Amino acid sequence: MQLATNSLPAISPAFTMLFNSGANNLDTSAKALRKTSFWFAAIALLCLLCADLDISTADPWHELGLMAVGALSPSVWSWSTLLTSLANTFSFALQGVALAAIAGFILALGYGSTIVRSFCAFIRSIHELFWALLFIQITGLSSLTGLLAIAIPYAGTLAKIYGELFEEVDLAPARNSPAAKQHLTHFFYTVLPLAWRPMATYTSYRFECAIRSSAILGFVGLPTLGFHLETALGEGHYSEAAAYFYALLLLIGTLRFWLQKRLLPIYLLAVFYYLPPQAQVSWDLVARFITEDIVPAPLRGEALFTASTLSEFANWFSLLWQQQIWPGLINTVVLGQISLVFTGLLALLLFPLNSPLFFRRWGRTTGDGLLILLRTLPEYLLAFLGLLILGPSMVPAILALGIHNAAIIAHLVGRHSEELNLRGDASRGLNRYFYEVLPRIYRQFLAFLFYRWEVILRETAILGILGISTLGFYIDSAFEEFRFDRAFILILASALLNIGVDHFARRIRLRLHLKTTPESL
Amino acid sequence: MAALTDHPLFELKDRRLEYQEKTVLDNLSLSIYPGERVALVGGSGAGKSTLLKALREQRPDQVAWCPQQPGLVPMLSAFHNIYMGALDRHSFIYNLGNLIKPLPAARREVSEIARSIDLEQQLFSSVDKLSGGQQQRTSIGRALIQRRAIFIGDEPVANVDEYQAERLLRLIGQQHQTVVLALHDIEQALQFCTRIIGLKDGAIALDAASDQLSASDLASLYDAV
Repeated sequence: MQLATNSLPAISPAFTMLFNSGANNLDTSAKALRKTSFWFAAIALLCLLCADLDISTADPWHELGLMAVGALSPSVWSWSTLLTSLANTFSFALQGVALAAIAGFILALGYGSTIVRSFCAFIRSIHELFWALLFIQITGLSSLTGLLAIAIPYAGTLAKIYGELFEEVDLAPARNSPAAKQHLTHFFYTVLPLAWRPMATYTSYRFECAIRSSAILGFVGLPTLGFHLETALGEGHYSEAAAYFYALLLLIGTLRFWLQKRLLPIYLLAVFYYLPPQAQVSWDLVARFITEDIVPAPLRGEALFTASTLSEFANWFSLLWQQQIWPGLINTVVLGQISLVFTGLLALLLFPLNSPLFFRRWGRTTGDGLLILLRTLPEYLLAFLGLLILGPSMVPAILALGIHNAAIIAHLVGRHSEELNLRGDASRGLNRYFYEVLPRIYRQFLAFLFYRWEVILRETAILGILGISTLGFYIDSAFEEFRFDRAFILILASALLNIGVDHFARRIRLRLHLKTTPESL
Repeated sequence: MAALTDHPLFELKDRRLEYQEKTVLDNLSLSIYPGERVALVGGSGAGKSTLLKALREQRPDQVAWCPQQPGLVPMLSAFHNIYMGALDRHSFIYNLGNLIKPLPAARREVSEIARSIDLEQQLFSSVDKLSGGQQQRTSIGRALIQRRAIFIGDEPVANVDEYQAERLLRLIGQQHQTVVLALHDIEQALQFCTRIIGLKDGAIALDAASDQLSASDLASLYDAV
């Protein structure tokens, strides 16, 4: 502990202030927060020791230079391809969120039940790319695959948010309502009207995320922006890639100008007309996939519970565990932990950009603009760029996860700091940051960060598809080798890990008395 | 007593003072000289806080400021909240180190002040664990550590008991050349200050040396309009 504390200032003075390891007699309410932060950072440092942080490319600056040139000279090779992929990206996202909102709403009505809650936790713990990989086996590279890959995990997330909003508002009006006994009447007259606005806000935020997800689905072969981005980037056509990249930024950046509530029905009709969810499904294939392909190899067609099948299964599983599940889990946790702490540090560094306590008017507008831009970049794409520049290691993944998530948290923490009233003679600059602001926002900051933990871990697993040896790496390899039984078990492992972390994060939030209802995360 | 040949420390001429975009005091003229101990009295909403704020803004670097809302950082210790008054006197690195772990020199300086305001026992507890009176003393401590010539306080002793209030006001008087206070306790104002300024209906209704006034002279300031 002493050693870790001593080596910390080199990393960041911002963080060291939190580590008051009981060496003096301070008895403050910041103590528990400092202690928790200390342990998270200490574990992240340990993780750093066993992480693969090599930069393997001979000359990263060269590649970066080429990318910069490409970024400055975007060129569209085929307008029809660009516009089609843009329309596909938008369609998958809108269809997916619309379906997810309906399913999530229905699930949220039963959110009091443990079974429903666990079901929601399960479907959202599997990343949309993993869902896509699964559905591709059944429904092929079809519009139905794209829709389901987004709708399923998003339904789980929206159900959680809606459910928690219902619980939150379901107090005061209910007691005064004579209809309290009639469950649905009561719900529609007292709960829903109060929850409606935050639900709409959150759903529209989720739509922005869905566009990122939709674009990323291209990386596994669906016809969205990501498909062409990956091809162009992989072949070093950076000018062409830049055009797709800017198209994505433009799509997300201009949403609020043209995606208006009253136009929503028209857009919905349009996207279902343009890209009706359909697929050539061979039911034989589906049946085979479910009853055979994803069944662990030793159990296929064998009588269950005979000694030989069971021992073969045990061998099969222990080999899978030793060679893939365990290393995949370890690497996912290691990378996730480092990324979480890096995200936190970066968010603390960046939040003044969106805080009236540090920047006024134009300064703040510019600063927040930067944060929103960074937030708009999908971490998967950032990691892909990082890999091209730095070569395969955990570094690009840490940077990508950190930049994207820190921008989200920094934006929210900055906005939260609007509520602080500093006295007229409050200090300025760094003194203000460390003495006046940081202690005051720290609790809220941790709440945001722990909310983000589950998301960061989900993303960490998925970055394996790019070649970093997290669970996603083994999952992707299993799909490539058509070993769906392995892929299925590995996906379950990643789901369990996410559920575990979500649960753990919730317990920490409760223990530290952090706000437990989410904002737009 | 103030020598009238001195230049005034604070001077307002025909000023209009606003609070939340509403005029609180109009056509206000006022001078305060070095060495004076001024009490602002008047009903709530009379504009005492607004006037104090305007005075502080005239000499922000010379005034030790003790606002009504002490603006302490709740999760930090009383030690750190007091030390915050001395941030500008130290390097940033020293301040940062002291935030992580109270440093010896800062500890000595703050402890001495804590002793004088009777806060030694609670010095290393966070202020959200302290009583209203203890918080107010922390706020006074933060003003004292600035070691400035002028003290401006907005009801600085409203939350402490009578005996302690007297002691604290004396301490404030000893450590500052010039003192301007908003006080609702007329006895305290008369006993501790040399000059009383009464505010009413957006103007100065009374401005006199305290030895020429009695409690009943001030009572009319609080009459309903």
